[in-house]
Amino acid sequence: MLKLARRFFGRFRLNLIIGPLCKLIEVVFDVLTPIVVALMIDEGVSRHSLPTVLFYGGVLGIFALVGIAFALVCQKMASRASQGIGTEIRATLYQHINELSYTELDHFGTPSLITRITNDVNQVQLAVALAIRQLIRWPLLAVGSMIAALAIDWRLGLIFLISTPIIAGVFWFVMARCVPFFKELQARLDHIALLTREGLSGVRVIRAFAREAHERERFRRAADDQATVAIAVGKLSSLLNPVTFLVMNLAVCAILWQGGGLVDTGELSQGEVMAFVNYMTQTLLSIVYVANLVVVFTKASASASRINEVLDCAPTIVDAADAAAPALACPAAGTVAPVLTGSAAVPSLRMAGAAFTYPGAMRAAVAGADFSLMPGQTLGIIGGTGSGKSTLVNLIPRLYDATEGTVELFGRDVRTWPLAELRRAVGIVPQKASLVSGTIRSNLTWRDANASDDELWRALEIAQAADFVRANPKGLDAPVEAAGKNFSGGQRQRLTIARALVGDPAILILDDSASALDFKTDAALRHAIHVRSCEGAAAGSMPLTTVIVSQRISSVREADLICVMRRGQVVGLGTHDELMRACTVYQEIFYSQFKREEAEGTTLSAPLASSDTKEVAENA
Amino acid sequence: MPNPYASTGSVATVTSSIAGGADDLTGGGPGSAPKLSTGTVLARLAAYVRPHAGLFVLSFISAAVSVILQLYVPIQIGRAIDIIIGPGQVDFEALLVLATQLAAVVAGAAVTQWIQGYCINRLSYRAVRDMRVETSEKIGRMPLSFIDAHPHGDLISRVVNDVDQVGDGLLQGFTNLFTGVVTIVGTLVFMLTVSVPMAIVVVLVTPLSIVAAGLIAKLSNKSFAAQQCIQGELGAHVEEYVGRQKLVAAFGFAPRAEERFGSLNSELYTAGERAQFLSSLSNPGTRFINNIIYAVVGVLGCACVITGWPAVLTVGGVQTFLSYANQYTKPFNEVTSVITQIQTAFASARRVFALVDSAEETPDAPTAIELTDPQGDVQIEHVDFSYVPDRPLLRDICVHARPGMRFALVGPTGCGKTTLINLLLRFYDVNAGQILLDGHDIRQLTRKSLRAAFGMVLQETWLFEGTVADNIAYGRPDATREQVIAAAERAHADSFIRALPQGYDTVIGEDGGTFSQGQKQLLCIARIMLTDPAILLLDEATSSIDTRTELQVQEAFDQLMSGRTSFIVAHRLSTIRNADCILMMRDGQIIERGTHDELLARGGAYAELYNAQFAE
Repeated sequence: MLKLARRFFGRFRLNLIIGPLCKLIEVVFDVLTPIVVALMIDEGVSRHSLPTVLFYGGVLGIFALVGIAFALVCQKMASRASQGIGTEIRATLYQHINELSYTELDHFGTPSLITRITNDVNQVQLAVALAIRQLIRWPLLAVGSMIAALAIDWRLGLIFLISTPIIAGVFWFVMARCVPFFKELQARLDHIALLTREGLSGVRVIRAFAREAHERERFRRAADDQATVAIAVGKLSSLLNPVTFLVMNLAVCAILWQGGGLVDTGELSQGEVMAFVNYMTQTLLSIVYVANLVVVFTKASASASRINEVLDCAPTIVDAADAAAPALACPAAGTVAPVLTGSAAVPSLRMAGAAFTYPGAMRAAVAGADFSLMPGQTLGIIGGTGSGKSTLVNLIPRLYDATEGTVELFGRDVRTWPLAELRRAVGIVPQKASLVSGTIRSNLTWRDANASDDELWRALEIAQAADFVRANPKGLDAPVEAAGKNFSGGQRQRLTIARALVGDPAILILDDSASALDFKTDAALRHAIHVRSCEGAAAGSMPLTTVIVSQRISSVREADLICVMRRGQVVGLGTHDELMRACTVYQEIFYSQFKREEAEGTTLSAPLASSDTKEVAENA
Repeated sequence: MPNPYASTGSVATVTSSIAGGADDLTGGGPGSAPKLSTGTVLARLAAYVRPHAGLFVLSFISAAVSVILQLYVPIQIGRAIDIIIGPGQVDFEALLVLATQLAAVVAGAAVTQWIQGYCINRLSYRAVRDMRVETSEKIGRMPLSFIDAHPHGDLISRVVNDVDQVGDGLLQGFTNLFTGVVTIVGTLVFMLTVSVPMAIVVVLVTPLSIVAAGLIAKLSNKSFAAQQCIQGELGAHVEEYVGRQKLVAAFGFAPRAEERFGSLNSELYTAGERAQFLSSLSNPGTRFINNIIYAVVGVLGCACVITGWPAVLTVGGVQTFLSYANQYTKPFNEVTSVITQIQTAFASARRVFALVDSAEETPDAPTAIELTDPQGDVQIEHVDFSYVPDRPLLRDICVHARPGMRFALVGPTGCGKTTLINLLLRFYDVNAGQILLDGHDIRQLTRKSLRAAFGMVLQETWLFEGTVADNIAYGRPDATREQVIAAAERAHADSFIRALPQGYDTVIGEDGGTFSQGQKQLLCIARIMLTDPAILLLDEATSSIDTRTELQVQEAFDQLMSGRTSFIVAHRLSTIRNADCILMMRDGQIIERGTHDELLARGGAYAELYNAQFAE
């Protein structure tokens, strides 16, 4: 909490000083009130002077007015400061999250980041407001009352000095025991949420297996657990009020008894005894409020540390110090192309011994990637699930940084590229087709906010998405619901492909992005990309280099270079024909997909081979 | 002393309001229900309290006793002060008696207060649990159409947040309300016994504070609503973009996302600052009025003591009234704050009840037959189906699958293949036509026995939080470890499971944890391997498994499929090549059917699709 305070409170210093100061003044008047009443009794009533009584009444009225005036200023300061701080934290956090690299995102997990930026920030914001408005008020009131009591008579004041720590001790005792329970309680509640989510996402499986009863039982147990913990917390915390009430009123008893003695000897007046009783009540009330605040602050401090965790997490992938080099100032095809055509020998993509190990993992997710690809060529990456294909391509736009070796784009180590430009140069289509709410247009212009309609349509054509977008009466402005739910899986996938094509990427990465497409569409897509690449080259701009990750032989067989992966290792590198001769893993994959053609006769594979070579020839 | 915890109500409200969604469950969908009246909500709530009626009654009795004893304290203190008049005038014997009585009253009040807290706490958490279980079980009985149509986040929020809100607001809130009302009435009675005219003064001036609180609440409510609205927008933005943070990073979209976030954030500042300021006026506002009242009561009380008009009063009496004047307004404040809490709780309760009241899946007909020993004869006769009334999805589908036959469903995405599976398992009911299993209309069978006849591997894998072994044994919880391992071996999942730190006892985290998509799918296949169903439904099940593994899985499936009716939805033609019948679907209709060779020979849509695999 303090750390967060140092970070964000600076700009609101004025509010943070004036607010509590005003509160302080209000409290002073509150503390003086019982004394005024005592004077009213002692001077007014005992001397039977009505004007004196009225005078003190007037004083009380003025106190009230002055009090509220200062209170209002304080409230204004509090709402400004707390909302302002909340707003700043939120903005900073959001910005920081945007800077995090995949490694850090993996570490936190997006759901957790979402709670941190919404719930946790709100919690802190609330704590700041309450700190200004109440955290100042109640302890001051307690201390002030105590001082005033001691000033009237130190012997009676001793009762305060004894009873107040007892009450505070009770609070401390109960709270200290409750806090761990609160965490536990939250964990149980989270578990309930988890089970509910599982029940919803797995509804088909649960019903298909007729395991509803089992799920009910599981949920019931979780709900029981939660109730048990909640009741245990409640048991403890319900002690708080009665015990403090008891201690305070027993202290009042003592004041009356002791006070009686002092009044009898003339050392104290009746009004002063009354003032004592009133101070006691005020003190207790204050402690109760403070204790309530403690609850809010414990929560807030947990939230604050969760926020700090994110803010303290330095992004591992940032622009290198010398990344601002202007040589590749705008790698969007148009500008880069002349640079590159000038040096036609520079490979568009080169990996030299590139390897990546996830933090804490025993085994490298990718190792020994060594190849280079010329502009306009196509790289196919094939391999089993978990073989490291996706990780490998994620190294290209520096979503992860290679832990060993280098990845070069157009002759430059990706680590020396300014990040923003690197990512504009690389168009990636992730495995999971993911759209956001808005329109088709707003989804397509992610890479280039100013893309023209023509460009969007071109991208849609290539992605084989133009037909269904055109069929929609609103075309490019057709609404997209959250997560793209109003489109089918295949449509979503094609839209994400189009999205990557907008803004003229120099390299296009299709990370198993055709899985929801049928063979025909998949083939048409690859063909269109190829044509686009050739057209680009013909028009003098840069030919598109394509990286296709797939599990289907048919998707990669025409690639200029095929990289075969297995358990993170590159086990084969070459063209389809080369691999068919030399790479057993590739052969296995091939035969698993084409076995029967081979068995049934070679009619199908013969023309295939020829079209294959033709393709390679064209590319080369 | 009234429960000081009531004052934290606003905290709970602020923090929970973020999580709550719009209550649009009633919006047209299958959950349409008229808005429940307050009385109905209370009556329904009473049903949850009824099992704990003992606690309920005890809590209210002890609350009443405690409040009355607490209210007696100022009178006793006042009397004591009257004994302490001045030097040499203190009656110590009487003071001792009064002090002892006071201690007894205080002890009694403390004990009853504790009993009250204990009871209400128990009661409310148990009621919350019951309500939560009921809500969750209700979701379990809802038709798939409902679950598919409602955002899961919203449903989860009802089970988790809204139910909590009801517990906090309605149950705890009502006790606070009750305590508040008893305090108000009790104070009034006690004041009247001390001095009628003074009591009248207090009663006349205190409403001022309530009026002030009401005005402030009215002001702040509107701005709170505005704040909530923006808060919601901001939440949606965060959900959407931070939820796809990796994509945002890969696309360098951050600056634009930040821009949008920034504008929402500053809107939130404006609205939030206003809402917070207005609502924070209520404390100082009422405090101000209370202070004025305090002064008025003090002055009038003293005047009474001096002049004996309009009533005779002692100094102790003034002290008693000063305490009461303080206490009399407090319950009003608390009541107002509790009322807002209760209002949000009512909204939550309505959302919970709207869910509980939604139309359930039509239960099995009373005459439903338990299908024993299914043979796997599936007849689909002239089936029409659509999710949305005006957009027909399946039209006049007729298929007859005799036991052991293997059907392959082929066609472009969205042509209705997956829907057929929804219908076969009765996740949805057909609009027209019928589906027969072993000659019985599936609507005449119990769902349980119908579904037990099927084994399916869906496109989207589902694993739950539990061990790998539990996940595999999901369809057959009584399976032995050996059977589980055997199934995993047949699904070629055994080797990667054994490589896990705890092997079969490794706990799978939320959403499948760290497993790759393919591994998750293998686990789901192992699950089916274990259940040994009569009919298999495979929905692109193998699309995420690498082809080498797929080949092995395919062999295992071949073995599993022998003698079983099976329907396979897959894009991979090589895997469905050896189907007995290929159903080529387009636009919700079967346009071609036959074996691979027949269809190739026909040179129609299937042949075209097949050849497209190799065309460029």
